Amino acid sequence: MRTVLDLLDAATKNNQTLGQASLAWQAKHDGQTEEHAWNTMHKMLAVMRESAQAGLSPDLRSVSGMVGGQAAKMIQPTHASRFGMLGKACAYALSIAESNACMGKIVAAPTAGSCGILPGALLAAQEDAGYTDDELVWGLFTGAAIGRAIAIGATISGAEGGCQAECGAAAGMAAAALVELYGGTPQQACDACGFALMNMMGLVCDPVHGLVEIPCVYRNVGGVSQALSAAQMALCGIRCPLPCDEIILAMKDVGDAMPPSLRETGDGGCAACHSARKHRMIQNSD
Amino acid sequence: MDLFDIIGPVMIGPSSSHTAGAARIGKFTRMLLGSEPITARIGLFGSFQKTYLGHGTDKALIGGLMGMDVDDIRLRESLELADSRGLTYEFYDAEMRGAHPNTVILDVKGEDGRKIQVRAASVGGSEIIIQSIDGLEAGFSGHENTLVITHHDTPGMIASISGEVAASQINIATMRVFRQSVGGEAMVALELDGDADDALLQRLSSLRGIFHVAYLAVKGKEV
Repeated sequence: MRTVLDLLDAATKNNQTLGQASLAWQAKHDGQTEEHAWNTMHKMLAVMRESAQAGLSPDLRSVSGMVGGQAAKMIQPTHASRFGMLGKACAYALSIAESNACMGKIVAAPTAGSCGILPGALLAAQEDAGYTDDELVWGLFTGAAIGRAIAIGATISGAEGGCQAECGAAAGMAAAALVELYGGTPQQACDACGFALMNMMGLVCDPVHGLVEIPCVYRNVGGVSQALSAAQMALCGIRCPLPCDEIILAMKDVGDAMPPSLRETGDGGCAACHSARKHRMIQNSD
Repeated sequence: MDLFDIIGPVMIGPSSSHTAGAARIGKFTRMLLGSEPITARIGLFGSFQKTYLGHGTDKALIGGLMGMDVDDIRLRESLELADSRGLTYEFYDAEMRGAHPNTVILDVKGEDGRKIQVRAASVGGSEIIIQSIDGLEAGFSGHENTLVITHHDTPGMIASISGEVAASQINIATMRVFRQSVGGEAMVALELDGDADDALLQRLSSLRGIFHVAYLAVKGKEV
């Protein structure tokens, strides 16, 4: 199983969801029982939930002091509920990303820099619609298999492919996971991934001072919004006009065409802003 | 690559390459050393050199050298822990040509007096490559349980080593051999499908011509 189409075919052939096909593949791949993989994924979910809680502390600060403590503002009922499920997903994505920036314990999904997007989306959906942990775990399997196809067809490294490879991949994973969680078909899940990747294509990796802080933690918020809108499009029946695997290959080409300054070197993009270079950014974390 | 390379590892932030990868490099170096390190001289190159403070790369490398895993919350205060455990360390800017941007070279000494030099790179995600050990080209990723054996380069060594592994009913997944010069010091890295037990390690260590046996046990753990 190497492509999104391989995953879709496996699910279709056995009349399964992408999540079920992913779990079966994983168990076969590592020679363990499905129960073993299932329990491991439950542990991942538990750490994700802890990191979302830990990141809500208003006192959190990164080593550099540039980020931390902002999710605490975003989760305030007035601000989170105004935007409904999206508001919660954004707050959790930021919370987990800030937790990561502050040397908290997180689950890379697919990377540490983009770790807020997939769990942010799933935890918000659970709070909003009452899904069980088991249902969320199915979503994690779906997301993982999609992420693997992206890693194989393109890359999930910002240093190789820019932020599209990290937050973009995470958005694609989250979009597919959300579609299955909300009862969409495997094809719709693949379409959601396609939409998310399409809409995140070309995003550069431009960390200020080379740290996983600015814009990274805020890009997680952007990524989860993209995931939600992609899932909404797919669930209502809009077909992604391009096959997901072709979009993944296009991502790879776009990544290869990016100059090094836009691939995690901290030289271009946001990192090149005058205020960033001169340490004169507006401080949120005093 | 499996699904837990995508959802995972569980790790201390902020960077899979600069923090988790660095901790894994530290931990593998400790396993290759085979005892508690007491001194470490660590050269950082490229992005490691430029951004290590903000990423906690220094804390991760030192924590790994003290045996911490990538999800060990004590990584945050590993430098203080090193002071209290008597591990002295220094970081310097390494000069290298054409190296991977996240390369580190570690000279470590163990409490038993053994010294090794490990050069490794963190190549994305928390993936690492141990590039060389004491100047011998290595090139393994630490995904499988791996035996790293240094030995005298003499006929029959590989046969007797693999014979002992076979006697323990363990399948060898991959094997790579490296040497500096004919008849000098050589190294073999064996990736195993199973788990080597102490008895096997003992038997290997007592073979004639073996200098050192290190065992990198990773399978089944979130390393």
